[in-house]
Amino acid sequence: MAGREEVLSLQAEVAQREEELSSLKQRLAAALVAEQESERLIPVSPLPPKAALSRDEILRYSRQLVLPELGVQGQLRLATASVLVVGCGGLGCPLAQYLAAAGIGRLGLVDYDVVEVSNLARQVLHGEALAGQAKVFSAAASLRRLNSAVECVPYAQALTPATALDLVRRYDVVADCSDNVPTRYLVNDACVLVGRPLVSASALRFEGQITVYHYGSGPCYRCIFPQPPPAETVTNCADGGVLGVVTGVLGCLQALEVLKIAAGLGPSYSGSLLLFDALRGHFRCIQLRRRRPDCAACGERPTVTDLQDYEDFCGSSATDKCRSLQLLTPEERVSVIDYKRLLDSGSPHLLLDVRPQVEVDICRLPHALHIPLKYLERRDVESLKLLGEAIRVGKQGTQEGASLPIYVICKLGNDSQKAVKILQSLTDLNSVTVQDVVGGLMAWAAKIDGTFPQY
Amino acid sequence: MGVSCELGFLNMAAPLSVEVEFGGGAELLFDGVKKHQVTLPGQEEPWDIRNLLVWIKKNLLKERPELFIQGDSVRPGILVLINDADWELLGELDYQLQDQDSILFISTLHGG
Repeated sequence: MAGREEVLSLQAEVAQREEELSSLKQRLAAALVAEQESERLIPVSPLPPKAALSRDEILRYSRQLVLPELGVQGQLRLATASVLVVGCGGLGCPLAQYLAAAGIGRLGLVDYDVVEVSNLARQVLHGEALAGQAKVFSAAASLRRLNSAVECVPYAQALTPATALDLVRRYDVVADCSDNVPTRYLVNDACVLVGRPLVSASALRFEGQITVYHYGSGPCYRCIFPQPPPAETVTNCADGGVLGVVTGVLGCLQALEVLKIAAGLGPSYSGSLLLFDALRGHFRCIQLRRRRPDCAACGERPTVTDLQDYEDFCGSSATDKCRSLQLLTPEERVSVIDYKRLLDSGSPHLLLDVRPQVEVDICRLPHALHIPLKYLERRDVESLKLLGEAIRVGKQGTQEGASLPIYVICKLGNDSQKAVKILQSLTDLNSVTVQDVVGGLMAWAAKIDGTFPQY
Repeated sequence: MGVSCELGFLNMAAPLSVEVEFGGGAELLFDGVKKHQVTLPGQEEPWDIRNLLVWIKKNLLKERPELFIQGDSVRPGILVLINDADWELLGELDYQLQDQDSILFISTLHGG
């Protein structure tokens, strides 16, 4: 029996060492790539035409080779096709993964960002070991492990008006897997100017959308959206939330469209938009307009003849990082450090948390009163009654006639400013000092309480 | 003359039953409700998308109309689909609603 136990224990130890070794190898691979390729825009030569598949390739791709629609000719076309992947996040990871597995010739990977722990639930090419590394190197390392025959070209930089035309020109098909409006206009205009089909997908919450722009007589992004949306109407994944499987489904659909274009089968969603509602399990395909003769990019007399300043055009930055609003004066705000000091001094006050309920369920400061901003915006009667009652109770601890200051807090310090504006407009609170806490609970977690969750 | 006066009610459009749907996050301005089965009352003018938007603003929109409406149209970034087709193919604001039409307002997503 003792012999059996030793076998099991040694097996466990070997498995653990192997895991450690594999993690170290991953880090080494990424480090080597980073070392070689961090500084330069790698020049790439056109992929040479391919006349036949090798014995190994026939075995590897056999399940798709026997599809008459694809066949040897389709596989050879895939092997000589190059695809530019703009964004290696929730969409770009599954897209690149399936394209590499299917034997695409070359993948250009563009992303300026690094892997964060909060990416791992949906950005499936990145592992725990590479947190903090550039996403393009992490993705390239994963893709090489999956299929060493696929050439991966990482570009650890943002796609900009200065680089986009040059980059797009080197690839046959472009996949927009980005996460912000300026980049979507930039990729579109570059594809129109250089003449490349653009497979574009997006996802948020439980929904996704996918279409193909600038293919055949189909419309481009600007035909459908001549004007950018107002910046305040755009929600990012950090604020709105997104389920990883939803970006996964959309990234796979996007890979499918890219494969069909690359193999010569033609896309399904040129001139139509597929809507996916994951909560209801619905797919719905809608018919889009044709190419607009008066389109600024692809019309008969285009006004977009070169790339422009897209952040200026859209009034927002080319990232999906949360915006930092400045609605209040410095006197109307306190830092987390000052608030902590006030809290420790026992000075009577009311802390008002204006985050949505779902975020309060994640974490909260136990002494805070919770009223979501939405209810304050509506001047919800019950909520205002609750606030009035809390002020009345809080005042009992203050000296006669003294007013009870209110501090408003949220996740990052944007909604709290909006709430202060609303509270200032309420006549009942005329004599009350209302301030917000700069940086919100995430600043509290970063500077005051290291055990407080970040999300 | 007298006859046409008496039959004046015939010029009045009958009430319309239409499905109004919101998606892509636009439903959050409507209490999170995506599908609305609505009856538009009979009126002298035929119902088109232009006056449907006025009706929606008055009867369905719960908060922050500027996130949905701009001028007499929808704000940039919202696609309008009439029976699953881009409204641009059907006359946009001037499209005359038919009974049982399905109108979808979809906010475009940008996340990835």
